[in-house]
Parts: sequence; structure tokens; C-alpha cells
Amino acid sequence: MKLYDRILPPRVLELPNGKQILKYRSRAPLWALAVVLLTALSVKVTGFDMGILAARIREFFVILGEMLPPDWGYLSQVWQPLFDTIKMSLLGSAIGSLLVVPFAMLASTNIIRSRLVVSAVRLLLSIVRTLPTLVTALIATYIFGLGTLAGTTAIAIFTFAYIGKILYEEIETVDMGAFEAMEAMGATKARAFVSSIVPQVLPSYLSNCLFCFEGNVRYASILGYVGAGGLGLILNEKIGWREYSSVGMILAVLFVTVFIIETISRAARRRLVQGGEHE
Amino acid sequence: MNKRIEEAYAGRPRRWVFELVIALITVALLIWSGTAVETSGTTQNGAKIAWNILAGIFHPDTGLLFNLTTQGVPYLLLETICIAFLGTVVGAVISIPLAFLSASNLTPAPVAFIGRLAIMAIRTVPAFVYGLMFIRVTGPGAFAGLLTMSLCSVGMVSKMYIEAIEDLDTKVLESLDAAGCTSWQKIRYGILPQLMPNFASTAIYRFDINLRDATVLGLVGAGGIGAPLIFAMNSYRWNEAGAILAGLIVLVLLVEWISTKIRVKLARG
Repeated sequence: MKLYDRILPPRVLELPNGKQILKYRSRAPLWALAVVLLTALSVKVTGFDMGILAARIREFFVILGEMLPPDWGYLSQVWQPLFDTIKMSLLGSAIGSLLVVPFAMLASTNIIRSRLVVSAVRLLLSIVRTLPTLVTALIATYIFGLGTLAGTTAIAIFTFAYIGKILYEEIETVDMGAFEAMEAMGATKARAFVSSIVPQVLPSYLSNCLFCFEGNVRYASILGYVGAGGLGLILNEKIGWREYSSVGMILAVLFVTVFIIETISRAARRRLVQGGEHE
Repeated sequence: MNKRIEEAYAGRPRRWVFELVIALITVALLIWSGTAVETSGTTQNGAKIAWNILAGIFHPDTGLLFNLTTQGVPYLLLETICIAFLGTVVGAVISIPLAFLSASNLTPAPVAFIGRLAIMAIRTVPAFVYGLMFIRVTGPGAFAGLLTMSLCSVGMVSKMYIEAIEDLDTKVLESLDAAGCTSWQKIRYGILPQLMPNFASTAIYRFDINLRDATVLGLVGAGGIGAPLIFAMNSYRWNEAGAILAGLIVLVLLVEWISTKIRVKLARG
């Protein structure tokens, strides 16, 4: 940055009282340059070609056109996998978000004083978070066999990692007064945690769990691709057979389901957040 | 003193009927979803398989990990980064007009509603469906992956852009108006400074997610590190899968660390 200021010297402004201040030049050109260079590299590596895109983008809408209108006769066969998907995401989200609570507690610097424990648990959470859900689902299918149990496990692991990070950040920002008072009165760490910190983080925790559940419903539909049950299974099958009108039906059902779940969950989350502010 | 506390405690809001109903619904839903768990598929030696997988993953194939040809992990990671980066850039650029069209404080309500519905529809379609559609356009490879990433990014990025636009502080615009600024000046000094940090932060966050989701693209042969990973796992070559996963995990952790730093800096101005 010193070199940058030497090339583009800062503007000197003189205040009415004779004091001189420096106005440094904007760093934006540097960022812009970095973005342009990276874009150029990416274009080269990925073989991005506007010509091909312009010439053949029609092909994209061919499949889309075949999906419309959706095949209503197929609707009766969609319900079972749809319910499987919802069940998988519901159970997986619940298991993951409950299981992570003690880990989140161990990862909060204001509750656990030992740096070692905190960093170890955080590292664990980070590594679990970077594991792609498809990979955990695929491994789960080898262990639990093909089916919804594998999908539930994968979703639970994803939820575990996602909620864990948010929860320990949330716990670290709470007001520690009540917790310290209870510890001073001889309560154990767990007891003090339940009575003083849980009420503070509960609304946002529930809200985040609901948000994660919304996303999981959408994500669970992919997991069927590796054989982990749910909508993805029939989606994959119908795409393989090129029955695009059935694919359209599946996607339409998924869209309506996600819309309903999001609407309910958004209403619930708004209530949770406002309730937390009023009380 | 104690009496007053007790009185206040006795007069606390009672919502137990509401809370009981919610709790019952939740428990009922969980029991209902418990029916989806069928353990019949579980193999007897599940634990042994799991152990084998873990053993393989923790003994990564170092030959593959440090191989500098186009088959090696470093090149695959570079390709994945490029797909994710360009996908984010294209997606973020497409999202800007879409978000302005769907922000309820700028456009009439029906238009905004249709815009939101379209964005939600884009988000609902699973990535591999887009991948298969784009492969028809460009043939298998990184190009298809890049287009898929862009479309998937549009769904989330435009949703967050809409929120940023709806949070715009209009008082700044009013005072610029009062000072006699032209529309262009209002955009330059009133709107851009408010939106830029937020937009940039969202894009960086999405880049993070795109990098993570790169494995999904591999399923359909749309380039990046996903395909070799899935192939290795499907043919039980856990050493190779371990090498690829190790590379991916290190990369994602590194990018996450950098992106968090940048976003914290953006948020603080």
C-alpha cells in the first residue's frame, strides 16, 4: 500500500485552521484490477465463449419447453417421494440442530476458558462444514444402504455444521452477567447455561434452525441423485428417460412445497425475532 | 421488595396453551418424519465399511495430491476456483437488474411480486437439472459448470440484493434532492455508497458457497473437481477420494478465512 500511495500521491487538503490532512486515493482501482485479472484467468481456464452461448442458448429452452405443460397424470406418483424428502429434511434438521448444542457450547470462548478445547471443537466444526453434503450422503449410502436414512444422516451432518457456527457466534455475543451471577452462587456450568444463556439465544437459534430447514428441503431434493432417497431419486430417473414433462411436474410440486414451507417459516421467524425484542 | 417481585412473577404473560400446541405439532411432525427411517438397508458390516472409508480418506494418495498435470488435484482445484469465480461474477451482474426490478420500494407491487416468484423458481430447481440443461448447450466441461453456477447464484444473490435495496436510507436521497443534485449524482453519491459494500459482501459470500457446491457439478460432468471425486468414490478408490477431499477442504477453509476477513472489513467500512 505504501508503493501505491507513492505512485498516486494522496491529495493534500488544508483546513481553515491551517492544519494539513491527507486524502488517500481510493483503493478501488486495485480491487477492480484484481477482479479483471481473475476474470481473464477464469475465462481462459473454463473456456467461456460468448459465441457458443449466443448460438446455442436456444437448446437450453428446448428442455424447458418440454417441461411445460407438466404431466398432471404423474402427480399421483410424486407424493410419496415428496413426503420422503420433507421427512428427511425435518428429521435431519432436528437431529443435527439438537446434537450441535453441546458442541457449540464447547466452542464459545466466553463459556469455556481453555483455548485448546475451543480451537479443537472449532476445527472439528470447520472440517465438518467443508465436507460436501453429496459426499457425506454417498458415504452414508454405503453404510446405511440406499434410502432415506442415508439422506437423513447427510442432512443432519450438514445442519450440525451450519447451526454450530452460527450458534457459537450467537452465544459469544450474549450478556454474561446472569451466567456469572449463577456461577458465583454455585450453579454448575451446564445449569447456568440452561437458565441464563438459553433464554437469550433461543429465539435466534430457533429462527436459524427454521431457516436451515427451508434450505434443507431444497437441498434434500438433490441427495436422491446419489441414491439417498426422496425427490432426487425420481428426478434423476425421469431425466435419464428424458420424460421432461414428468420432470416439470416434479419441479412444480417442489416449487409449491418450498413456497408453502418458506411462507410458514418466515411468519414463524418474524414472530420469534419480534417476540425476542418485546419481552 | 420480595413481594413485588412475586407479584410481577405471578402476573407474567401466560402463553402455555399456544406453546403447548406448538410443541405438540412439532412432536407430531417429528414422529411422522420418523417413519421415513427404514433400517432394513443397513448392512451388518456398516461399521467396518465406515472404518475402511475413513482409513482410505486419511491415507490420501499423495501422488495425485501433488501431481501438476491437468489430472492432478492442484489443476482441478484451479479449475474449480475459476468456475466458482466466474460463475459468481456473471451471477452477481445478472442479479443487479433483477433485484432492482423486484424491490418492492422501487417498482409497483405486481411487478415486484412476479420478480420475486421468478427468483424463487430459479432457486428451487436443483443445480444438477440446470447442469444437464446447459450440457446440451455447451457440451460437457467447465463451461457448462460455469453457466450452472451463474444461474444458481442468481437465485440467492438477487434475494439478498433485494433486501439490501429495500433497506436503502431514502433520507440521503432526499437531502441530495434538496441540495439540487441530478439523478446521476444521486446514484453516484446516494445509492452506490450504500449498496456497494453490501453487494460486494454478498458476492464474496456466494463465491464461498459456489466453491463448496462445486462437487454437485461433477455429478453431471460439468467440470471442476466434482467428477473425479464422485468417480473415485463410486469405484471405492478411497485413497484418491481422500486426496481430492483433502485438497478441497484446505482450499475451502483458506477461502473462507480470507473472505471472512474481507467481509468484516467491508462491514466496518
